[in-house]
Amino acid sequence: MVKEVKELVNRPDNTAYTQQRLPAWQPMLSAGIVIPGFVSIGLVFIGIGVALFVTSQSIQVLEIDYTGVEQSSPCFKCSDQTGKKCDCVMNFDIDSLFKGPVFFYYGLSNYFQNQRKYSVSIDYNQLTGDLDYFTNPDDACFPFQNDRNKPIVPCGAIANSMFNDTFQLFQLVNGQKKEVPLDGKGIAWWTDYNTKYRNPSVTPLRNAFNGTVKPPSWPQAAYELDTKDTSNNGFINQDFLVWMRTAALPDFRKLYRRITEGDYASGLPAGNYSLQIAYNYPVLSFDGRKKVVFSNVSWMGGKNEFLGIAYLVIGSLCVLMSIVMLIVYAKFKFPEED
Amino acid sequence: MTWTSPLELVRDALRGQRARDKDLRSLVSNLPYEGLEKGKQPNRYFPGNAIKTTKYSLLLFIPVNLFEQFHRLANIYFVGLAILNFIPVVNAFQPEVALIPICVIMSLTALKDAWEDFRRYQSDRKLNNMPCFIYSRREKQYMGRHWKDVQVGDFVKVFCNEIIPADLLLLHTSDTNSVCLVEMSNLDGETNLKQRRAMSGLCNTDPEFEPESFNSIVVCEKPNNNLNHFKCFVEKPDKEKVGAGIESLLLRGCTVRNTDHAVGFVVFAGHETKSMLNNNGPRYKRSKLERKLNIDVIFCVILLFAMCLVGAVGHYSWLQALPGVPPYLVPDSSGHLNSPSLSGFYMFFTMIILLQVLIPISLYLSIELVKIGQIFFINNDVDMYDPDTNSRVQCKSLNITEDLGQIEYIFSDKTGTLTENKMVYRRCSVMGTEYPHKDNAIRLAVLEGEETEEDVIFDQKPQPTKTTRSLDGSLEGNNFVDTRQHHRGRRRRKLSRSASTDVAFSSELETEVVPDRMLLQQLSRAQSSSGSGMIDPYLDFFLALTICNTVVVSMATAQRQRPAAASDNLSYEAESPDEAALVHAAKAYGFILLARTPDSVTVRLPSGKELVFELLATLTFDSTRKRMSVLVRHPITKEYVLYTKGADYAIMELLGTPYAERLSGNQKNIAADTQHHLDCYAKEGLRTLCFTKKVVSEKLYESWSVNRQRALAAIENREELVMDSAVELETNLSLLGATGIEDRLQESVPDTIVALREAGIQVWVLTGDKTETAVNIGYACRLLEEEDLVINMSCKNKLLCTSLLDCTLEEVRRYSADPRNVDTTPDISLVIDGRTLTMALESDLRDRFLELAKCCRSVLCCRVTPLQKSRVVKVVREKLKVMTLAVGDGANDVNMIQAADVGVGISGQEGMQAVMASDFSISHFKHLRKLLLVHGHWCYTRLANMIIYFFYKNVAYVNLLFWYQFFCGFSGTAMIDYWLMIFFNLFFTSLPPIMFGIMDKDVSAEVLLGVPELYRTGQGAGEYKFSTFWVSMLDAFYQSLVCFFIPYLAYKDSDIDVFTFGTPLNTISLFTILLHLSIEIKAWTWVHWVVMLGSVAMYFIVTLAYSGICITCNPPSNPYWILQSQMADPMFYLLCIITTVVALLPRYMFHVLRNSIAPSPLLQARQLDRMDPCAREQWIKEWRSFRGSRGVKCSRFSTPSSSNLESPVDIYPQSPTVSDMGDEFTLNVLTDSCERTLHT
Repeated sequence: MVKEVKELVNRPDNTAYTQQRLPAWQPMLSAGIVIPGFVSIGLVFIGIGVALFVTSQSIQVLEIDYTGVEQSSPCFKCSDQTGKKCDCVMNFDIDSLFKGPVFFYYGLSNYFQNQRKYSVSIDYNQLTGDLDYFTNPDDACFPFQNDRNKPIVPCGAIANSMFNDTFQLFQLVNGQKKEVPLDGKGIAWWTDYNTKYRNPSVTPLRNAFNGTVKPPSWPQAAYELDTKDTSNNGFINQDFLVWMRTAALPDFRKLYRRITEGDYASGLPAGNYSLQIAYNYPVLSFDGRKKVVFSNVSWMGGKNEFLGIAYLVIGSLCVLMSIVMLIVYAKFKFPEED
Repeated sequence: MTWTSPLELVRDALRGQRARDKDLRSLVSNLPYEGLEKGKQPNRYFPGNAIKTTKYSLLLFIPVNLFEQFHRLANIYFVGLAILNFIPVVNAFQPEVALIPICVIMSLTALKDAWEDFRRYQSDRKLNNMPCFIYSRREKQYMGRHWKDVQVGDFVKVFCNEIIPADLLLLHTSDTNSVCLVEMSNLDGETNLKQRRAMSGLCNTDPEFEPESFNSIVVCEKPNNNLNHFKCFVEKPDKEKVGAGIESLLLRGCTVRNTDHAVGFVVFAGHETKSMLNNNGPRYKRSKLERKLNIDVIFCVILLFAMCLVGAVGHYSWLQALPGVPPYLVPDSSGHLNSPSLSGFYMFFTMIILLQVLIPISLYLSIELVKIGQIFFINNDVDMYDPDTNSRVQCKSLNITEDLGQIEYIFSDKTGTLTENKMVYRRCSVMGTEYPHKDNAIRLAVLEGEETEEDVIFDQKPQPTKTTRSLDGSLEGNNFVDTRQHHRGRRRRKLSRSASTDVAFSSELETEVVPDRMLLQQLSRAQSSSGSGMIDPYLDFFLALTICNTVVVSMATAQRQRPAAASDNLSYEAESPDEAALVHAAKAYGFILLARTPDSVTVRLPSGKELVFELLATLTFDSTRKRMSVLVRHPITKEYVLYTKGADYAIMELLGTPYAERLSGNQKNIAADTQHHLDCYAKEGLRTLCFTKKVVSEKLYESWSVNRQRALAAIENREELVMDSAVELETNLSLLGATGIEDRLQESVPDTIVALREAGIQVWVLTGDKTETAVNIGYACRLLEEEDLVINMSCKNKLLCTSLLDCTLEEVRRYSADPRNVDTTPDISLVIDGRTLTMALESDLRDRFLELAKCCRSVLCCRVTPLQKSRVVKVVREKLKVMTLAVGDGANDVNMIQAADVGVGISGQEGMQAVMASDFSISHFKHLRKLLLVHGHWCYTRLANMIIYFFYKNVAYVNLLFWYQFFCGFSGTAMIDYWLMIFFNLFFTSLPPIMFGIMDKDVSAEVLLGVPELYRTGQGAGEYKFSTFWVSMLDAFYQSLVCFFIPYLAYKDSDIDVFTFGTPLNTISLFTILLHLSIEIKAWTWVHWVVMLGSVAMYFIVTLAYSGICITCNPPSNPYWILQSQMADPMFYLLCIITTVVALLPRYMFHVLRNSIAPSPLLQARQLDRMDPCAREQWIKEWRSFRGSRGVKCSRFSTPSSSNLESPVDIYPQSPTVSDMGDEFTLNVLTDSCERTLHT
């Protein structure tokens, strides 16, 4: 008996795991099995595609390019000006009701906010209102870190290059200009406004900026971004927040305002409109284009036909494939059926 | 403390170095110098006995380990990249963050190294602190010390069952014959006891052994790792030199047995001992797959450079095309912008950093982990566990598991590998008369038969002495059997399965011989006629059987410290099983070897008389002479008699006068008759030995012994001199007779060979045996088939060899051109002998020979030397560029095992040298079948698929970043948070491929064993081809394009920000990569599910937590709340679904269509797997019979669990040469019919 025990010392455990005999599911990819799968996937995709496509079709978009490169453009006079204040007016018509809520975007093209050195040129600690970083901004902000030995607040290239065109929208009612109220609240991410960006807890706000200078290309300091509304001033200015969230692609739009109030809560009625533009931002240095975009949104965001079409194409492809499979299935016998 | 100048120290160190490097070392006793400071010690230059196998010390661990790790090219590459990231103009990420991957990988490796080193440290400490006894002059006695205190020149006393602490020159033992028995199984695995003899006359031994009287100088060779050779002489104060060899050396690590105590002089200590020099640890070979993989890594590097170049050029042209200075272009430190060309140049390096993951650095670590897992499973295979020796498969090389799946040529030893190397005495021929031992044959046949019949037959056995031992089952008997069972190695599983009687039988098989009646009569006649003179060829024949060997007699029970048992409980410890078989055979005829000391042999004759022969010399066996002799002095006739035994061809040419002139006349043709018998034995597959006798005159003896002494004391060319002296004496021999010993085939050898051959592996058998023996065994193990075209090549000179080769080649070409032989292996077999082989392997004939060999299904090389074996392997491996495996069990196979790509050692009867040189060790040849067909296939497909997947994974992921460069001005922006990128490779997608590499099972073991043809899928290029690599690369490119551009088009012209854009990309990539793996996984066990779902869960949990916590950390990505906001957006899910589907659709379709239209053999096998076992078996059978007649012949699909106990007797009747021996030689037919009657 002792011998028996001794002999078993080295014996491997005879378990399913060590003997690699674990029960396993062995899927076999063959035509017969995938046909129903493909048909169902195809049908589901076509369904989703139709829904997406219809939704996308229902979205109205109005784009107005105001770069002013063409001589015919009302903004042509402003396009070659640099730094100087220049106003121009674009007129446009809306044929039918532009359903609300209407989102008012400004768009830039050929603008590489995703440039690596540009996109790292920011000091998040400064933007949380940490006063230590006011006097000593992060090196990443260089060369917009210090201006003549005074720290720049907010530092960095992103902040410095903030978009500063402003717009006013008027409806021409009987030759009268009726201003369309624009809602500038809630255009930035909720988390940006409430968590990520904080003003220093100093009142008045301007005292926190003592000893600092504004970014070189800014006309006014950060604490003067919205002097009327303290909850929209400084680092938590919504336009600033929108700008600071760098765009992923070189052609982008950013939310400027929403039209949600007054007579326009249900949308822009048909009629003539006039957009008054304070043209400040130079784009010729990079062959850029500027535009404003009016759009309404659906549950899937802005207008985007691609996804709907993609679903439709892939869905049909799947169905087609299952037909091919059926032919294959009929033509080649399967070993299991032999 | 005296002050010594540094110069003195340097000089001393140099002198020490010289002393260690000298070819001869002179050692003196330490005792006169005891207590002196170190500088005065004569042996201070030689290392002490403390061992240190650790690589690192506690303080220096970090620097030394770092140094070690930086030897790896991959690590240097990684660190170089990290450093590159610290250069501001080119950095792509936060510099500190870029260090993380290298730190993680290096610290993991360091942790592994530290753990291993700690284990070594612990075992070192344990060894160093083992107790031992060292003589102290001051105390005048042996003092208890530790192993580490032993110094060269000390006197160490070892006791019974103690382990020897250092290499000792044996000076004194408690034994009256100055003999010490040691067990060397720790070193060479041979379990028989070895006899070591003390050198005498160097110290006072009366009444007490006094080390202090030792005043000689021991001159010995430099330390080396040869366990069987040691050269040394002792120079006495009177300048007399006494030679000593390995027979006086006690090796460190051996155990003293049967000897109360022994004292030795330490010649080598610590790391210089032979056991330590032999201890090289696991070896590292580079597998074929890994070599190919490195080429692909180079392709990856090229790809990386190409992509970086695209980035650099792109950045340059992007900058060039800008009309002005846009606000988003940030000037650098000097305040102005770099020129486009300089920026482009910098961008090249930035791109390298960004896309570095393209080179799969973690691949090497993953491969190591996968191999550890694979080895775990191989080790744990219960089918390859041998309960008799209690041994599993051992993987000595840790990194060539996948090579097992690609073997194309197997080179096998015969003895001990195909056969059991358990010698069974079958028949003999004495003075030209054949004695077939029919009764013995019947007994053996019965032992092979059913257990139920065994008892019946056993009772009828004519020898009563044996029945008592085997049937009564007394305590002693059991102990005896038990000991031997444990001691002598494996037994047939069948026999040792249950009851103790079975165990008894198994030992009977070898040890008991039923005497031939004719021979017994002849013997008794001879005894009565010869009287006391003892001059009779028959008596001499049995005396030669008894004496002419190196068998050590030990009381079976004494050796393991059991109370002494009955006096005839003799146990024979033989170095080779042949010798034991012969001694047992002689015992059956009443010639019992009672004792063997260095000076005498005691034999009990059938009459009961005990004769003590004075043993004058033992001329040991060597492979050149192929014979051994003992020179004894006959106690009655006082003649000097030389008994020689050896291979027939080594003996026949040395024959002189026929035996005893007075028996002239018709006896003249003894030699011819014996040769005829020998040939018949060989054809039957028996191992043959010839026995001769020679009477040496006293004068001749004396002159010879002087020469002999001189030869033994020589240090230079000792082996040659000793051999020459042996040859000198071994002339003019008179033939006594010959024996035939059967070496049984191992269990399931024919099945295994057939299966291996069906697997597309060419099997070569290389043996030292005679051609006839080898061919016979070849038929028996189905290496050769009867309908085969067997080409026998044996020629005397080169010219003949050339023309023969040309002719054969021509014929073979014609044969294989025949449209009927379309199968990949034509039924041609080649039998070639050693001499012809040498000629064929010469450079001018080599190619022709190899071409011939390629056409042959199997090749049998006979009479080859160990060196030739390795040469054959090397030539085939290098010239044909194939994967070779060599399998063998003995020391003569070591060369071959080392020459092959994969060396397999069989831990058998012939010691462990082969096993120690091997990469894998198994206990039976049949295990090779599962090792190759199942584990080899699995390991290879798993690893190959894992590696391909790894390349794919990295390219697919990194390319996302690359495509993004086209939309960010080639500025090196990553749209995915860097931490998440690191986590992606480190946590989210690292485990699934490793699990895939360890656990995936494409085809079950049963089907792989049942359909060996599946093995062919791995041979040659196998699954890991260049095309596979490039196809997966293309797929990776396609998938990354899809994964990037579908989200791109969906988010085009929107207000999406950089990292919000990157999040769905990352998620899609994860799904794509994991689902891609899911397509590849063939069998899903719960482990697969856990790992795959766990990876997805981990991704979401970690990313959600990370983006929920991290508000200002890790600029510029700032992941705060991004995944959360994405997950609230239906677009995210819609994108994930469609992108993943589109990305995987082509691969999925490809698999489906291929599986449906042209299923690969592996796929068909998988379909088999899904059937229930009965249907599967049926199907395999049908499939095989469909494949033609050859398939039917070998249609034995035993699953490994249903052990395949084909008795060797069944196989023999096919031997075609039985009939020409007349009635006496119809043994096989007889056994066959006998068995049939028993069964009915």
